[in-house]
Amino acid sequence: MAMTEQRVSYTLDSSLETIDNAEEKATRIATELGFADDEIMQISMAVREGAVNAVLHGNAYAADKKVTLAFERAGSDLIITIRDQGPGMDLSKIPNPLAPENLLKTSGRGIFLMRSFMDVVEIRPSQTGTELKLIKHVHGPTAGGKEASQ
Amino acid sequence: MSMKVGSRQVDGVTIVDCSGRITLGEGSVILRDTVRDLLSKGNKKIVLNLQDVNYIDSSGIGELVSAFTTTKNQGGELKLLNLTKKVNDLLQITKLYTVFDVKDDEAAAVKSFK
Repeated sequence: MAMTEQRVSYTLDSSLETIDNAEEKATRIATELGFADDEIMQISMAVREGAVNAVLHGNAYAADKKVTLAFERAGSDLIITIRDQGPGMDLSKIPNPLAPENLLKTSGRGIFLMRSFMDVVEIRPSQTGTELKLIKHVHGPTAGGKEASQ
Repeated sequence: MSMKVGSRQVDGVTIVDCSGRITLGEGSVILRDTVRDLLSKGNKKIVLNLQDVNYIDSSGIGELVSAFTTTKNQGGELKLLNLTKKVNDLLQITKLYTVFDVKDDEAAAVKSFK
């Protein structure tokens, strides 16, 4: 995303490559926006987890279903939206991965990690897909500095 | 960088040197296959040396848990060695640091097996 642009979006296949691709885009954009190294890692990891959910649990690798990934700079926020075309998810059925009975489960930590790393995580499931919104506030003194100076 | 593993024997303990990324796909599969192969050959004292693992996602965390429980269920022990700060932080956040036996010295890790 060029610093002059406020929003950029991508339509991606439901593949493993999309997950790596989404992570790489997040890393690049967060770097361009001036986030600190640890924040860049958090943003890229949250996007990776969101992409995993979209590709695996949402679209279930279906060739005819796409993942839409969008990055938007709004004021002091980086807003990332990931949408799939799956059947939606039941948020009430997401277990707490920190509960003792769930600690040794081999899955179910993705949303928890996203919530740990981002300032806001909104999940809007519907019958035609799930929309995930991840927001990171700009904290650092240099974050977004180039854009703000324009 | 994809994941690479190499294993060596030290006093009856198998040290698995891992490097790269343990993520959904190839990285997780390599780790899974490596541990299963060791167990099938009777190597039940396993140390995963994660010194050069620079990235791990939730699938990779799940694979570490799977390796731990699979080894335990077969009467073995699996320990973690030399965590990077990123991996250490992830295990702290997910409360798995209390589940795994984590070491920062190879000799001590080898000695710690019964």
